[in-house]
Amino acid sequence: MRALTGTGVLTRLALRRDRIRLPLWVVGLAGLFASIGDSITGLYETEAARLENAQVRADNVVTRAFTGPAPGSSSGALTVSEGLVFTCVLVALMNILLVVRHTRQNEELGRAELVGSAAVGRHAGLAAALLVAGLANVLLIVLSTLALIGMGMPAGGSVLAGVALGTVGLAFAGLTAIAAQLTESARAATGLGGLVLATTFLLRAAGDAFGNTASDDITVNPAWPSWFSPLGWGQQLRPYGESRVWPVALLLVCTAVSVLLAVWLSVHRDVGTGMLPARRGSVRASSALLKPLGLVWRLQRGLLLGWMVGIAVFGAVFGGIGDQVEDLFSSEKSAQFVRDLGGEGDLVNAYFAGMMGLLAVVVSGFTVQALIRLRSDEEGGPAEAVLATSVSRAHWVLAHALVALVGTALVLAVLGLSTGLAYGAVSDDLTGALGDLLETTLAQLAPTAVLAGFALAAFGLLPRLAAAVTWAAFAVCLVIGQFGTLLDLPDALIDISPFSHLPNLPAESLTAMPIVVMAALAAVLAAVGVAGFRRRSLALGG
Amino acid sequence: MLTNVPSPGGDPGVAISIRDLVKTFGDTTALDHLQLTARSGEVHGFLGPNGAGKSTTIRVLLGLLRKDSGHATLLGGDPWNDAVELHRRLAYVPGDVNLWPNLTGGEAIDLLGSLRGGLNEARRRDLLEKFSLDPGKKMRTYSKGNRQKVALVAAFSSDVELYILDEPTSGLDPLMEAVFQECVQELREAGKTILLSSHILAEVEKLCDRVSIIREGRTVESGTLSELRHLTRTSLQVETETPPAELHSMPGVHKLVVEGHHATFEADTAQLGEVHRHLAALGVRSLTSTPPTLEELFLRHYGDQTAAEPADSVVGAR
Repeated sequence: MRALTGTGVLTRLALRRDRIRLPLWVVGLAGLFASIGDSITGLYETEAARLENAQVRADNVVTRAFTGPAPGSSSGALTVSEGLVFTCVLVALMNILLVVRHTRQNEELGRAELVGSAAVGRHAGLAAALLVAGLANVLLIVLSTLALIGMGMPAGGSVLAGVALGTVGLAFAGLTAIAAQLTESARAATGLGGLVLATTFLLRAAGDAFGNTASDDITVNPAWPSWFSPLGWGQQLRPYGESRVWPVALLLVCTAVSVLLAVWLSVHRDVGTGMLPARRGSVRASSALLKPLGLVWRLQRGLLLGWMVGIAVFGAVFGGIGDQVEDLFSSEKSAQFVRDLGGEGDLVNAYFAGMMGLLAVVVSGFTVQALIRLRSDEEGGPAEAVLATSVSRAHWVLAHALVALVGTALVLAVLGLSTGLAYGAVSDDLTGALGDLLETTLAQLAPTAVLAGFALAAFGLLPRLAAAVTWAAFAVCLVIGQFGTLLDLPDALIDISPFSHLPNLPAESLTAMPIVVMAALAAVLAAVGVAGFRRRSLALGG
Repeated sequence: MLTNVPSPGGDPGVAISIRDLVKTFGDTTALDHLQLTARSGEVHGFLGPNGAGKSTTIRVLLGLLRKDSGHATLLGGDPWNDAVELHRRLAYVPGDVNLWPNLTGGEAIDLLGSLRGGLNEARRRDLLEKFSLDPGKKMRTYSKGNRQKVALVAAFSSDVELYILDEPTSGLDPLMEAVFQECVQELREAGKTILLSSHILAEVEKLCDRVSIIREGRTVESGTLSELRHLTRTSLQVETETPPAELHSMPGVHKLVVEGHHATFEADTAQLGEVHRHLAALGVRSLTSTPPTLEELFLRHYGDQTAAEPADSVVGAR
């Protein structure tokens, strides 16, 4: 076992490095799933309402593909349909990031080399990463089970739901261990892990979409693609329904085989190298790259593309179920839920107002991500090199701001287009739906610009706190602004979010006043940010 | 603010002039009344141990950090207010080259050159070959030395008046170090000004016309190498016909060890004439004299000796 010498020390090191991050992930994920259960329990209180909802979930192909059918008609079963796949995706993400952080990233940054020169076994690094992942997943099983039982869900189903989350996590820890052997950089390993995750999601989505609905009109026997996806296996435990244990074996075998394969690969390569060759790039810069704006575009275009694809999928899903809103939210309570989010009036309009409003705030996450790059480039070095050339500070900041804003407009347009196209297709009113929804989403550019202005002001005035303050503002917009009505918060508090000042489109009509005021506010905030940045020293890292 | 006219009083023969520069970060004083003058057309060595304030000084000169007080003039302009105009006339190589991980080296070179106002294609080709750098690899896959080369090629391909190099050779192998020195010599022959921050003394001795040595944010020595040598001691080994017992009473003689007719000691370079006359009177059989190296000068200011024998004088910039 000399290959594992030092695993204990490295595991403790990894736990020390993750002592804040990991508990936040585990508690957050268990809490998320439990809170989905809580809201489902509140929304569908009668057996009849639950039965109807479970049938809608099985009946609509889009819902089935996106979230998966319910394994029964109890509150727990509806919770599984609503949140299990979604939470499993996040659990997989936690495992991908965790394993890459403690394997390939260590190698890329040269830490593994230093550690490897000490009395540490060949596989100790990988073993430590997997041990920490195992611990996190076991903890997740325990916590989510307890949380679900605590809410009054049946114990057997709760254990199975917890096990589904944790074992899907284990499988992705194993798969990521392979990815970490194949690529040369941590980014590429994370990207490969993400690609595997997306593929497994699509496989199970296809499996559920093309599956056969059973005679109870609720459960669905998935088509074959589901059986090639760890997410599908986790789903097939069917907690609170048929309650199968045997798919756990599939997940554990997948974990074990992946780990063995990763170990085998690691023996057949050198420290620091990957199995896949690093891609070469262009030896000359294209003329578009040679200006600050071109540079920023180049740096952000990958992020932007990812957001556009992701948001297109979301839009298509939300638009595609638009014609079934009346059925999905037929109970008094669930209809009220939609109206709390999207305002009074026609339920379909309220639904789109609520969903598009919420997604617009989510899209502003892109805006924040893009602008925070100013700060990370300042701290990490590239900004120093650029600002030592004949690029003025204002030029540099405005290039970033422009790309962030145009990018946001593009993502919002994609949201409007995909939602409008999908809804237009199912409701046979393509032009009407497209126009309404494009207007709805593009109007959201105004409040997003205010948030962007805030980010620039924070960057100019409080460089070291800028990232934290800006993300906090984003969280305020999301939680207080969008869910404030549900949480019964006072209007004065809800009005902090610029997103609360737009009329509930498409239910209400658009007025110029709020747009003009928000644009002016955004411009003032941005000017404050640029002026602040021009006056201060660079806040460099270290 | 958008002016190319040198500020009044700017001496055209002086590329960099810093007087009483102070920069603090919170409670820490990074620069404490620093003095530095680099003349146009010279290679000026900027020496100091880690954390002495070399990079901070350079960043103030580049308008990246705001000074607390004092005067700094760069190419006749104000480093803070005229930053953009001045940056067209200089090229900078940071000590830690962290550029964009997903751009290739070739792209980063073109980009930096273009942002400075264009680069010399022939030199770019030439330098890539000299430094044997593969421009097709992504920045994230380069080693520290190769990242350094990217910044060096970008800087040396730019036709500018002033090159500010912050510990530019810290990751280079000896072969590449030689290429670097060749490049600096060429630039000097072309009449360019170079500020070379370093703690590699052999490099500074080989390349620099004048040096400034700083410690804890203060200039402790400044001048040409021979001026600085004058302040140091020469090591002597001597054998005389009459035993050199009287040496211990001479001023400027240190660390004297006398064994019969042999003596080894260090003499203040300023007192060397006096010591030679004394030895000549004793009848010299053999004499070995070792001139002071910059290293000794350096160690005298930073080594343990400093506490026991405080520096007696500062010349040059004063």
